[in-house]
Amino acid sequence: MRLRRSSTHHMVTTNSRFDWLFVVPGLLLVILLGLPLLALFLRASNSDFFRYALSDTALTALKLSLFTSLISVMVSLLVGTPLAYILARWDFPGRAALELLIDLPVVLPPSVAGLALLIAFGRQGVFGSWLAASFGISLPFTTAAVVIAQTFVSAPLFIRSVRIGFAGIDPQLEEAAHVEGATQWQLISLVMLPLARHALISGAILAWTRALGEFGATILFAGNLQGVTQTMPLAIYLGFERDLNVAVVLSVMLVIVSLILLGVMRKLDQSQPKQRRVNERFG
Amino acid sequence: MQRFWIVILTVALMLSACSTTKSVQTAVPTAKPESKTLTVFAAASLTNAFEEIGKNFEAANPGVTVQLNFAGSQTLRTQIEQGAQVDVFASANTKEMDALVTGRFVADESAQIFLTNQLVVVMPANNPAGLAVLSDLAKPGLKVVLAAKEVPVGNYALQVLDKLDATLGNGFKDKVLANVVSYENDVKQVVAKVQLGEADAGIVYLSDTVAAPELIKIGIPAENNVVAKYPLAALTQSKNSELAQAFIAYVLSADAQSVIQKWNFLSVK
Repeated sequence: MRLRRSSTHHMVTTNSRFDWLFVVPGLLLVILLGLPLLALFLRASNSDFFRYALSDTALTALKLSLFTSLISVMVSLLVGTPLAYILARWDFPGRAALELLIDLPVVLPPSVAGLALLIAFGRQGVFGSWLAASFGISLPFTTAAVVIAQTFVSAPLFIRSVRIGFAGIDPQLEEAAHVEGATQWQLISLVMLPLARHALISGAILAWTRALGEFGATILFAGNLQGVTQTMPLAIYLGFERDLNVAVVLSVMLVIVSLILLGVMRKLDQSQPKQRRVNERFG
Repeated sequence: MQRFWIVILTVALMLSACSTTKSVQTAVPTAKPESKTLTVFAAASLTNAFEEIGKNFEAANPGVTVQLNFAGSQTLRTQIEQGAQVDVFASANTKEMDALVTGRFVADESAQIFLTNQLVVVMPANNPAGLAVLSDLAKPGLKVVLAAKEVPVGNYALQVLDKLDATLGNGFKDKVLANVVSYENDVKQVVAKVQLGEADAGIVYLSDTVAAPELIKIGIPAENNVVAKYPLAALTQSKNSELAQAFIAYVLSADAQSVIQKWNFLSVK
């Protein structure tokens, strides 16, 4: 167990000669991460901030971004949770390949994701042409396409977090519940989900922030139309071309929303010990 | 607290050390004049033509590398304003060039028109919506893709729609705009969406159709069309201003102008 330096600042002196080995590189990175954001805020802090922030473009984009990203998170919750459970508990051939497939969208460049989506679900795409012929559905340039693009890049983050959450639950708990005569549904809803609650929430927030920031796949697959597919990142990109001030203000708005979401996640992180008590009670 | 200041000092020293080494490095290339890099920012619509012109220029000037960067002219202009090190800028409209002249990035009167371009309506090879004439663009339910109005070609497209509206009447422009499913960030993305068959029609430069010969074209009559003027200039910040001038002279030469015509632009010569 390492001592927390922040609370024992003046007590530990033995290592202090080498502290700079940690602080200097760390500080450089903090500067790299912090300065651009600081610059955004400085540039945005002028009297016109609210005029831009409350403009039609900004509000429409913000609403669309929140709407689509929330739906994509709900999709992740509904279909990602069972998949995360399977990956955490079941053993079957091809499991490693499945995990690889799920991790892939996280590392793919968004342009590859967008192109792949277009070629798969586009009107003349491999599956899209079937959708169009059978149901008359055309996905590109629709709000649904925005949700699909966001889910494509954000669901893997959710699944990864929840899989780890499920895997961390003692298998004996499940067996005990079985012995007590719990049905599969009771096991999931009364034992597994409450115990993995933290992983579910932090996974959902992580996926939500990723969906909010999605740009490349959206612009390729869903196009750019105000009120339909123009999310915040797209509006920022176009704002950048029209008027840098608009882009800066929109960026600051997006940073603030993301900060709030990440702040909520940290708050939940700190409340985790409570969950451990639940764990002990069940154990 | 004392340790904190030591850290700050160390960082400051490191940063100043970095900046001194940098100034030494920048002095080195001037000692080797035989290898030079010319950075050219050019409108996305110039991609194919400038790639060919760049190669020809490199072949005629051994040791010179032409580094090309293509994007929407408005993006390139912003990048230049934000400090991108560029020698030559070729814009798809005079607006972005004028903005750089105002910002003193380009000297007064130095920009020259080196080609003109026109617009054309394009459809996918299988023409899914069965379009035949310009007025078909107003058919309800059509999927039309344009470039955003901030992009030169998007602005030109709106001008063309205005002119067609005056000729065709019947609320033509509003009906077409109601059919627009996406405003793309540059002309190549409009072409791509049409090529992939996702859009029923798009309005692009005539020059874009050379690299996409499978697209079906509907010409726009001269009286409804625009003459898109492309200006070219060296930037005042250029560290290779002689080379930049040589490149501009080459673009205006008969040799390069024939390349330009090959890609369906109109030569100014």
